[in-house]
Amino acid sequence: MTLAAAIRSGDVTLLPSRRDEDWRWTDLRGLLRTLPTPSPETDAAVAPGPFGALGDSEILVVNGRLRDDAASTLTVRSGEKRTVRLRFVSASPQSRHEARLTINVHMGADLTLLESHEGMAEGYVAASGLDIRVDDGARVERLVIAADDADAVNVSQAEVVLAAGARFSQTVLTDGAKRQRLETRLTHPGDKADVHLDGVYLIGGRGHADLTTSVHHQGPGGTTEQLTKGVVRDQARAVFQGRIVVARGADQTEARMGHHALILSDRAEVDAKPELEIYADDVSCAHGNTVGALDEDALFYAQQRGVPYDEARAMLAEAFVSQVVERIEHEGARAICAAWAAARVKI
Amino acid sequence: MLSIRNLHAQVDGKEILKGLTLEIPKGEVHAIMGPNGAGKSTLSYVLTGRQGYTVTAGSAHLDGEDLLALAPDERAARGVFLSFQYPLEIPGVAALTFVRTAMNAQRRARGEPEVSAPEFLKLARAAAASLKIDYEMLKRALNVGFSGGEKKRMEILQMAMLQPRFLILDETDSGLDIDALKIVADGVNALRSPERGMLVITHYQRLLDYIRPDRVHVLADGRIAASGGPELALDLERDGYDKYAKAAA
Repeated sequence: MTLAAAIRSGDVTLLPSRRDEDWRWTDLRGLLRTLPTPSPETDAAVAPGPFGALGDSEILVVNGRLRDDAASTLTVRSGEKRTVRLRFVSASPQSRHEARLTINVHMGADLTLLESHEGMAEGYVAASGLDIRVDDGARVERLVIAADDADAVNVSQAEVVLAAGARFSQTVLTDGAKRQRLETRLTHPGDKADVHLDGVYLIGGRGHADLTTSVHHQGPGGTTEQLTKGVVRDQARAVFQGRIVVARGADQTEARMGHHALILSDRAEVDAKPELEIYADDVSCAHGNTVGALDEDALFYAQQRGVPYDEARAMLAEAFVSQVVERIEHEGARAICAAWAAARVKI
Repeated sequence: MLSIRNLHAQVDGKEILKGLTLEIPKGEVHAIMGPNGAGKSTLSYVLTGRQGYTVTAGSAHLDGEDLLALAPDERAARGVFLSFQYPLEIPGVAALTFVRTAMNAQRRARGEPEVSAPEFLKLARAAAASLKIDYEMLKRALNVGFSGGEKKRMEILQMAMLQPRFLILDETDSGLDIDALKIVADGVNALRSPERGMLVITHYQRLLDYIRPDRVHVLADGRIAASGGPELALDLERDGYDKYAKAAA
């Protein structure tokens, strides 16, 4: 039951629905009575994406097809340090497509992956899958900007498998779509591997964004640190599902999960499901989840200094999510993500 | 000139200001003293337009302009500045960023060009030095984790940088030790000018040893119960507010 399978076959009964516990807040079956036609192949020029010319190379996927004869596997070899843009562009309206890529980061290698989902047409239905394997002592920072069309459906699913001593840091930023899910499933060996999974959502209108993560600690001595913050306004809806499983024997696991949301309108909604499943004895795990409004006293204080109400709200909302953006390690990308977020808290 | 006439205001349906009349000419410093619950802080919030404070009668004008018709940020752009009794913490917004945002918003509202980066930094460094604030502190989130004294100094710093036309100081002495009080008072005194009026709200006379008022008013039960020169503050210090509280009751 995946969107990718439904897109491949055209069979809507393969769509995940609210009957699937894991999809009950992001129902696709109820939304899509029919699927649009398959996206055409296009060789139209594509303007630069949100990461511009940052990095040493680009993998461009347009309507689910790799451009420029690019391989569907990216390999970063031992000793290499790469910064690669990976762009999923949806260029044709009312059409469907999906793509799947593999990324292998060899022992001791270093990859900064600048991933973007770019909607350049209305009403598309897209799915993308990434299989990411990070070998011993390798480091990956994956940054995702999901800039889908407001009328689009998009599901991104990444499967990440780490080896001992690997380091995987991820920050996902989104402003939602008609229905959108950005999902990361991670197999954690413990063994000094270190995971950061962060997220920012800034959604307005009737937008929907779902940030779902699942981390399985399978061996002792691993760390996972998670912080997601978001702002919803108008009739927007955000979903946060964070699951951390610590298997029997995965002792000395350290896991922390935080999700904090601001709701700026009484018709906006946030659904949060933090889950810690712990089967080991000697672990340190914690989670915190808050949903609230902007502090009216702080807003008045800013107004009293001359900042108009809407500007004060945007300033405080931007400050709220900046704590996540500041954790991005790649300096140039951090600046781009900060500007992207700042532009999307304006009301 | 700040001109308040027959001001009535409610909070949660309860009348707190009951016909307050007061004039503060340009260049003068007036103190308002009074017992707890007399309406001192309510007056500061009504003048600055805080939500939940409803004016039911009367008026407040600054240099002829109707303050009560303006949004809080518009009043600020016209030059009304309130130094809060309990300054708010603004998580994630550096003090410098906050002040610059405020300054530019005010300038835009007045049709003036925005401040340039070098000009702003010069102003900030000068204000910090005169208030003995470590400049590095201005890079931290405004008031987050600051001591009571540091928060009050940050209020004066903002005041010095924004150069308002009319200042309201609400219990600025609360939470200050004597050294901090002197620094803050020096900062306020430096802003005294023939073009600027000030309203100093305080429960205790102590602050007025350092910020010498031209006039002192007693606020009791939502009205001005007595007015006089600086000596009135000393009488109050000696005799307390009892006779005004009784007269009002």
